[in-house]
Amino acid sequence: MSPTTDLVRRVASRITTPLLPDDYLKLLNPLWTARELRGKVVEVIPETDDAATIVIKPGWGFHTDYQPGQYVGIGVDRDGKWHWRSYSISSTPDASDDTLAITVKAMPEGFVSDHLVRGLEPGTIVRLALPQGEFVLPDPPPAKVLFWTGGSGITPVMSMLRTFDRRGTMPDVVHVHSAPSRAQAIFRDERVALTEKYDGRLRSVENFDDEHGILDVTKLEAACPDWRDRQAWVCGPPPMLEAAEKHWAAAGLAKALHIERFSANLVASATGGHVTFAASGKEADLDGATTLLEAGEAVGVQMPFGCRMGICHTCVLPLKKGVVKDLRNGAEYQENQNIQTCVTAAAGDCVIEI
Amino acid sequence: MAISDVASFAHLTPEEVAELGREFDQIRRDIEASRGADDAAYIRRLIGIHRKLVVGGRVALFASAFPPAWAAGTALLAAGKILENMEIGHNVMHGQWDWMNDPEIHSGTWEWDTTCPAEQWKHSHNYVHHTYTNVIGKDNDVGYGILRVTRDQKWHPANLGQPVYNALLALLFEWGVALHDLDIVAIRRREKDPVEMKRQLRGIWRKVRKQVAKDYLIFPALTGPQFVSTLTANATANVVRNLWSYAIIFCGHFPDGAEKFTEEELENETQAEWYLRQLLGSANFTGNRFMHIASGSLGYQIEHHLFPDLPSNRYPEIAERVKALCEKYDLPYTIGPMYRQYGQVFRTLMKLSLPGKRGETQPEPPPRSNRRATPAELRDYAGPKAPQASAA
Repeated sequence: MSPTTDLVRRVASRITTPLLPDDYLKLLNPLWTARELRGKVVEVIPETDDAATIVIKPGWGFHTDYQPGQYVGIGVDRDGKWHWRSYSISSTPDASDDTLAITVKAMPEGFVSDHLVRGLEPGTIVRLALPQGEFVLPDPPPAKVLFWTGGSGITPVMSMLRTFDRRGTMPDVVHVHSAPSRAQAIFRDERVALTEKYDGRLRSVENFDDEHGILDVTKLEAACPDWRDRQAWVCGPPPMLEAAEKHWAAAGLAKALHIERFSANLVASATGGHVTFAASGKEADLDGATTLLEAGEAVGVQMPFGCRMGICHTCVLPLKKGVVKDLRNGAEYQENQNIQTCVTAAAGDCVIEI
Repeated sequence: MAISDVASFAHLTPEEVAELGREFDQIRRDIEASRGADDAAYIRRLIGIHRKLVVGGRVALFASAFPPAWAAGTALLAAGKILENMEIGHNVMHGQWDWMNDPEIHSGTWEWDTTCPAEQWKHSHNYVHHTYTNVIGKDNDVGYGILRVTRDQKWHPANLGQPVYNALLALLFEWGVALHDLDIVAIRRREKDPVEMKRQLRGIWRKVRKQVAKDYLIFPALTGPQFVSTLTANATANVVRNLWSYAIIFCGHFPDGAEKFTEEELENETQAEWYLRQLLGSANFTGNRFMHIASGSLGYQIEHHLFPDLPSNRYPEIAERVKALCEKYDLPYTIGPMYRQYGQVFRTLMKLSLPGKRGETQPEPPPRSNRRATPAELRDYAGPKAPQASAA
């Protein structure tokens, strides 16, 4: 917010106290408020059978100067309750219309993702959290780049490719993408068009699991023999990321690898227990698979959160009593430690300070 | 006399009390499981109406020198303040809408249009009053530290001024609420921590400053030459809100039939006994939907005290189930038209400003139960806990 608008807002809030001017202005236009970031769904573009791009016009207070590769938190109202998820941004920050887009794949039993892909009407107001994430390109980008993406892991990379295209600065890029099938490959037409446009600079390798079998690191090496000379950005399902980490580490090139998880790999389980949110006085009985973040939100505690997958540490809260377990690796945390609520679950009764 | 054991007062066995507790728990679970889009729409709609009332009132007062505009603006503003304080603010701060996971309609962030800071209100009201409801010496809402509302409170010559204190409290109610968490009783007894008191006073000052500037300086000034008429309009709206909220709130625990309790009751009190105390200590009043919304659903004081954090729009259906339980367990369910409830409160306040006759210990009137003692019980009754010689 500019200093002038900030001043105007501060003066105006003197006459609206204890409310903010935003609380009144949003009655005129739901986007005229910076109190909670929000946006209006402009368009829902089907990409494949189970994926769609959601174009959002953000309201006041939201800056569209994110970096390609970052993700954004989005909250949707279902049955009167706000549900939050994080998705990589697929649009380019250089778009002229100040919108941003996320591309979502409906997950089986995905309460929110399914609604986003199939149930979201244009005009719907959604809540937004500021873009964040470290899966970004340095400025200027390296001369030689490898993108390796799997499934909907293509979304942050698409944002990068679109930004290169927009700026007309395509470096030497090899993009290896695998999808379950040709029909399920998101952004296929656009990728093909970009490859033609930047012939010689952008090389695109496609792998469809049903036609070519799973793409493993051996195939990757074959597709991109000079991978050792490239900075790599890899995004896809957890097994793919693990394979990449091992492969680059074995070659002593871990520093050249940048990865993005779009879901935490929650493999461990805890025993569950009774959780008390100390300051708010709310309580819940939890199973061992429910994260403390989900639990807090379910009983109406205002939990801080960011990526919701164990990366950004926005959700960190002090554990006052008891033990919690990290669902990604089974690590245990004791009282007085700070815990990431989005990836930890109760291992017995515990008390969280919020 | 104040009650020291809710179960025996209600003629219930411990098993019956426990069973009653489970039935109340079931009501809570049912409502919690069925909260949804309709409930969210209710509170959002009310919030929208509040904003429009306030804007309408403020705009009308730009012509406040013109008497009909003065009247309309004052009425709209008063209605807005009442709606915001009672049905919206009070209930949001109870956490009734926290389940929506909306930071804008959340007990943790709500600030209301009155001089009392939300933070202090949540302590004095949500915690102290709703936990220790009607326990003499624990619940500061029993007379607010300045009124004698039960004969369990010892008479003091200062109580002679009660009719005046009552009238002043009614007119200046928001200021009483603002100072409430300071705990006048503790200050009088010199038990108040001066550091804490300073901190609270700073909080009150910060809030008061903004509220007063808005209603008595900025808005009057914005209307230019109509400064004085806008100022009187704003003051009137605040006083109307004060009188209304005072009257509604006094109908909650001071009418006949709303019992008081001793600190003994709190010893080892179970959740079920807590429910029973809330039920016995609260009084409802009747009214149509408009009346209930205008009074912040406090006509459902009993339901509000049993389930202070369930959405207020569900109180009517909860009331049906609570009434059925009262019938089943032969418990009193105190309710009457508002004018009668307030009439009883006013009579009690006036009567208790005097010491009463020597030896008069009964509150006015004596505690009631809608269950009559059986002839056998009457025969066996040997006075309050008198040792029975024949048992030796």
